[in-house]
Amino acid sequence: MSKATDIIAPGSAATDTHDDHHDHIPKGITRWLFTTNHKDIGTLYLWFAFIMFLVGGAMAMVIRAELFQPGLQIVEPNFFNQMTTVHGLIMVFGAVMPAFTGLANWLIPMMIGAPDMALPRMNNWSFWILPGAFLILLSSLFMEGGGPAFGWTFYAPLSTTYSNDSTGLFVFSVHIMGISSIMGAINVIVTIFNMRAPGMTWMKMPLFVWTWLITAFLLIAVMPVLAGAVTMVLTDKFFGTSFFDAAGGGDPVMFQHIFWFFGHPEVYIMILPAFGIVSHVIETFSRKPIFGYTSMVYALTSIAILSFVVWAHHMFTVGMPLAGELFFMYSTMLIAIPTGVKVFNWVATMFKGSISFETPMLFAIAFVALFTIGGFSGLMLAIVPADFQYHDTYFVVAHFHYVLVPGSLFGIFAGVYYWIPKWTGNMYDETLGKLHFWLSFISVNLTFFPMHFVGLAGMPRRYPDYALQFADFNAMVSVGAFIFGFTQLLLLFIVIKAIRTGKKASHEVWEDTKDWGLEWTLDSPPSYHTFTVQPEVK
Amino acid sequence: MKEAKKTIRNLSLTVVGMCAFSFLLVPIYDVFCEITGLNGKIEGPSVFSSKNIEEEDKREMLIQFVTHNNEFMPWTFKPEITQLTITTGVQQRVMFVFENKTSEDMVGQVIPSVSPGRGAEYFHKTECFCFEQQKLLAGERLELPVVFIVDPNIPLDIGSLSLGYTLFDITDQLSKNQIAAL
Repeated sequence: MSKATDIIAPGSAATDTHDDHHDHIPKGITRWLFTTNHKDIGTLYLWFAFIMFLVGGAMAMVIRAELFQPGLQIVEPNFFNQMTTVHGLIMVFGAVMPAFTGLANWLIPMMIGAPDMALPRMNNWSFWILPGAFLILLSSLFMEGGGPAFGWTFYAPLSTTYSNDSTGLFVFSVHIMGISSIMGAINVIVTIFNMRAPGMTWMKMPLFVWTWLITAFLLIAVMPVLAGAVTMVLTDKFFGTSFFDAAGGGDPVMFQHIFWFFGHPEVYIMILPAFGIVSHVIETFSRKPIFGYTSMVYALTSIAILSFVVWAHHMFTVGMPLAGELFFMYSTMLIAIPTGVKVFNWVATMFKGSISFETPMLFAIAFVALFTIGGFSGLMLAIVPADFQYHDTYFVVAHFHYVLVPGSLFGIFAGVYYWIPKWTGNMYDETLGKLHFWLSFISVNLTFFPMHFVGLAGMPRRYPDYALQFADFNAMVSVGAFIFGFTQLLLLFIVIKAIRTGKKASHEVWEDTKDWGLEWTLDSPPSYHTFTVQPEVK
Repeated sequence: MKEAKKTIRNLSLTVVGMCAFSFLLVPIYDVFCEITGLNGKIEGPSVFSSKNIEEEDKREMLIQFVTHNNEFMPWTFKPEITQLTITTGVQQRVMFVFENKTSEDMVGQVIPSVSPGRGAEYFHKTECFCFEQQKLLAGERLELPVVFIVDPNIPLDIGSLSLGYTLFDITDQLSKNQIAAL
């Protein structure tokens, strides 16, 4: 934790006023195409993530419209399956991950006092291959027989024997997404390792930087495994290998082991940076430094290490020996301890704090409460005998949407509201921000809470139809989903309004933020190039 | 910048290493299953001597027979009876029916599996059609036996065993000469 008085920041609003003379911001489309500036690339990532969020959200609307009442009304079952598959892929690889990478690009250099990311040209490349990857994935929906329909987990043999030729496009697009993430992760690690301001020791690093450092290591460890898994699917389907085909000596269960060896660290990749964001938001609006900084770092590291030894809890029902089920059950439950430490620390930070409830804080508090609900349902799913009942039901859908929507997504929202005055120099509309929060908060619970009930009652996931007794809850879920979906257009409006006509923000933006990190010592908006002279942290 | 280059090199090597590791998982998985016997796989005919069995160790248990056809295998394949109560230590014989209802000569291979996997090492087959490839001419019907004996030392908490057979079509994997030789 850096304390206010410890920071001497040349290039800040207070000490340097001639920075503006050096700003030669390129104009036109080529500024964005050829940019190597971390702020521009951060902006590109964030807008791309938002567009993908709307595209994936539109698919969720199709899913919920079909499930509004029992029976088949709107779409064919095969198209429904494509919607669930591509909704999942887009939200994971197109919305949440690029949004976090965008935040990393904007914030990591400003937080550690570096002039830019360590590898700016690779940074440009890792963004600009992403739109291509998603164009390939989305265009596969228009192929004969449709796009991928095997679920985002692409289990063999659904993705090998029983899929159509669009699987080739799916594999290719996942490869490109993986390359993009790996390049982004290498960039983050090299930046953090080598470009911290003098005096910023490991244990003085802001928590968002810590969470992203751990996330980047997870990405480097598991994205290549995902690449390997899709490659095996590709060769099984098109080139006659038998990795997952029992007739040739392979084993389809092995697919699930390889996939979830990637998949479980992946779910932490999608939540850890949100942990970092809410830590900053909560300390700012509680006007207290985060409680237990050191334990936060250790908790984070333990969660990351444990994520490599719990993968088979996603597949308790494949037929594992008792010893295996017990191992994966206990190791999974162990993760509740460091996660509990983090939740405790957030609550302890707020305890006796001088709290005010601006929009970022509302999202952060909702994050703590609702992510914890998702954590508890995760604990229930970790219990092997109970999981045999819950497996592949809507209970699972409720669980992972609770950790991803009011978890990761609310974390991103909190971060956007918290830093947007810094990025644009303009405040967002607080009244509209609060409206966005309350509509989102109510509708997200209306959408995902009843899914627990229908799941426990036995409604299976990934079907376009369901038994009559689930009708009332599903109607509620669909209404909640429509409200949640349309509420997000409000976010678009709020962001555009802030950019165009927002009230000017001070360089501190929030009260006393100079306590909370180097980025608040810069102007709002910061000049195009910042920290060309490194600040000193004591 | 020298430090940065070193970091980049190490990270790139890690990426390449993890790619290799994902493919290495394939043989690791096989070896792991073989050592621990997780898949309930049983290899070849086994010799089991019933001479030293004490009468009081023997008990009754239920054996169930399950047959599957893999993917597009068109043959009819079923056991003569679906379950049987046996006495451990006593040899049993069960017949299975194969019928190739297509108009082509085909070759099939049966792969066995015992569930629960822990029981596999106590399940001894002295004669089984699964040891060989089976060739059926168009329209041909065959009845083939499995002769087995269950070791009386099988743990008491295993009350029943399922013997699963999956039939694979391997016609395309063999050459014309190999098929003719069968």
